[in-house]
Amino acid sequence: MHKLWASTYKEFLLVTRDIGGLAVLFLMPLLLVIVITTIQDNSFKSVKETKLPILLVDLDKGKVSEDILKSLADSKLFQVDMAATDEEAKAQVLKGDYQLAIVIPKNLSSELEIKINENVDGILSKFSDNEESIPEPKSIVKPREVKLYFDPATQQSFKSSVRSNIDKMISKIETETIYKAFQEQLTDDPSEKIFETEQFITFTEIVPSKHEKALIPNSTQHNIPAWTLFAIFFIILPLAINMVKEKNQGTFVRLRTNPVSYATVLGGKTIVFLGVSLVQFALMLAVGIFLFPLIGLPKLDVTGRLPLLFVVAFFAGLAAVGLGLLLGTIAKTQEQSAPFGATFVVILAAIGGVWVPVFAMPKFMQLLSNLSPMNWGLSAFYDVFLRNATFIELIPEISLLLGFFVITTLIAIIYNERKNAV
Amino acid sequence: MIQINDLSKKYKGADDFSVRNLDLTIAEGEIFGLLGPNGAGKTTLISMLSSLLKPTSGSFTIDGLNYKEHKNQLKQLIGIVPQEYALYPSLTAYENLVYFGSMYGLKGQSLKNDINSHLETMGLSKFAHKKIKAFSGGMKRRINLISSILHKPKVLFLDEPTVGVDVQSKNVIMAYLKELNTLGTTIIYTSHHLNEAEQFCTRVGIIDHGTLVGLGKPKELIAQEENAEHLEDVFLAKTGKALRDHA
Repeated sequence: MHKLWASTYKEFLLVTRDIGGLAVLFLMPLLLVIVITTIQDNSFKSVKETKLPILLVDLDKGKVSEDILKSLADSKLFQVDMAATDEEAKAQVLKGDYQLAIVIPKNLSSELEIKINENVDGILSKFSDNEESIPEPKSIVKPREVKLYFDPATQQSFKSSVRSNIDKMISKIETETIYKAFQEQLTDDPSEKIFETEQFITFTEIVPSKHEKALIPNSTQHNIPAWTLFAIFFIILPLAINMVKEKNQGTFVRLRTNPVSYATVLGGKTIVFLGVSLVQFALMLAVGIFLFPLIGLPKLDVTGRLPLLFVVAFFAGLAAVGLGLLLGTIAKTQEQSAPFGATFVVILAAIGGVWVPVFAMPKFMQLLSNLSPMNWGLSAFYDVFLRNATFIELIPEISLLLGFFVITTLIAIIYNERKNAV
Repeated sequence: MIQINDLSKKYKGADDFSVRNLDLTIAEGEIFGLLGPNGAGKTTLISMLSSLLKPTSGSFTIDGLNYKEHKNQLKQLIGIVPQEYALYPSLTAYENLVYFGSMYGLKGQSLKNDINSHLETMGLSKFAHKKIKAFSGGMKRRINLISSILHKPKVLFLDEPTVGVDVQSKNVIMAYLKELNTLGTTIIYTSHHLNEAEQFCTRVGIIDHGTLVGLGKPKELIAQEENAEHLEDVFLAKTGKALRDHA
C-alpha cells in the first residue's frame, strides 16, 4: 500500500509540474465543447435565429409563386432574395453566394389551374345525369417542374430536407387548387364552405419522460456528454506519453530492478489520471451550467443527476485510463504513441456515435459501435441526462466500461511480464 | 557472494552470443571491475545479474539465492546504478530519492534521515529541493548513485558510474564507493577508465566477445603480461587494438 501511495504521489507531482500539459488537458476540451455546442446549437432550436438566404426566380408571377413565397416566409427558415432569371440564379449559387435557388417556371399557376379544372370536370362528368354528355377535349398541358439549384458544397441531408419542404408546399398548393376547382363547380356562392381544407392529420412532438418533468433535449444536453467523453478518452495521450518518457529516461528500467510490481506502478498512474479525468468532467459540467447561459447557449440541466453523472464519468475515466496504460506499455516511442493514440480516440468517437448518431450509421458500423467504450459511456450519459435513468439501469453500461478497464490493464501487465520476463 | 555458472545470452536475431558460457565467482566484499571493449558483453552480464535480462542458458546465485526462485528477495539484496541517469527531471532530488526509497519499502523519518545523510556526504544538501533537470551531469550521477543505495544493498552493480562527469564529482563518487565497500557492500563495476579500475578494484575480469579473457588482481595481471606496466597494456594485449564499432 505504501508503494502504491508513493507511486500515486509521484504521478501527481509529475502531472501538476507540467503546467503546459495541464493547460492542454483542461482548457482544450473546454474550448472544444464551447465551439461545438455553439455551432450545433441552431439545429436544436425550434425557432431559428439565423435565416438561410435563398434565391427565388419567379417566372410564373401567379398564384402558385405567390403561395410558395408566402410559405417560405412563414417557415421562418429562409431569407428570400429575388433573382430575375434562371441564369442569374444559377451563377450566384455556383459562386457560393447562395446555397439554394428555386426557379418557378412561367405560367405554372395558369397551367396548374387548367390541369386541375380538366381533372375535376372529368370526375364530375362521371357523376352527371346526362350520360350522353361529352366532356370537352383535353388540352395538352405537360407536367411542369420547379428547378432547385444547390451549391455543390451543400450537404445531402440539407438537400433532402429542402426538397421535402418544397414538395410539401407544392402538394398543399395543388390540394387547395383542387378543392377550389370543386367548390367552383359545385356551388355558385364563393362564400359557401363545402370542404374543410385544414390539415386533418397533424404532428405533436413529445419527448417521453418517466417522471412528471418533461425533458427538452437541447444542444448542451447532447454536446456536453458527447464531447466530455471525447475529452476523457483523450487522456490516453498524456498517459501513454508519460509512460514512454519513463522508458526513455531510464526510470522504467530502474523500477524494473526495484521490488515493486508493475500493477502497483500502473495503480499510481490510474489513480492520478482518473482524478484528472474527473476534474475535466467537473469543469465541463461547470462550463455547461455557468458559462453557457452567459454566452447565449442553453444551460446544462443537472438537477438531481449529479451523483449518477459522476458515476458514469468515473467508469468512463477508468476505461480511458485502461486504454492509455495498454498503449503506454506497448509503445516504445512518442512517435508511436501520440499519432496512434489520437487517431484511435477519433475512431472510437466516430464509431461510438459522438459525431453521427449510431442509428444513422450503416448496419456494419452499428454492430461495430457496440464495441466502442465511447458508445457505452455516451449511452450511459444520455440515459442519465435525457432518460432519467436510475443507477440500476446504468449497471450494464458501467459494467462494460469497468470490464474494458480490467481487460486492457491485464493485457498491459501480461504484455509487460512476457516482454521483460527474467 | 556471486556464483555464475555457464551463463550465456544470445539476443533474438543476433548472429552470436553476447555472453558465452561464462563461469565466475565474486567473493563478498570485493570490488570487482568488469572491463572490456564496447559490445564485449559487460552490460549484458550486469543486466542478467540485476534481473533485467533473461539468460539464454546457465544460472547464477547471489548470496545463495537463485534468480529464478527468489526474484523479489534478490531485488531487495542488490542495487543497480544504471549508465543512464534514471531520474525524473521534473522532480527534485529529494522527491526522486523518497520515491525510489519507497519502492524498497522504506518510509518515514528513517528514510528522510538516510536521504539527508547521503546528500550531505555527496555534497548535495543545498540542492536537495532543486529539480533534477537543473543539475549538472556530475550532480545527476551522484543522485543516481544515492537512489541505488538507500536500501543498503549487499551487492551494488555500477554500469560506468563516472562516465561524463568532472574530476571533482568522480573523486566524490569513487571515495563514496570505497566507503560503502568498507562497510561490507560488494561492488561490481564496469568502466572504460582503466586507470581508475586499476586503482579502485580488488580484482578485475576482462571480457571480450562474451567470454573472460583475463581474471585476477590488477597487479597480478600486469605482472603476468609481458612488457605491461599498466592495466591498459594488459587490456590491449588481451583484446587487441582493432576498433570495436557496432551498429
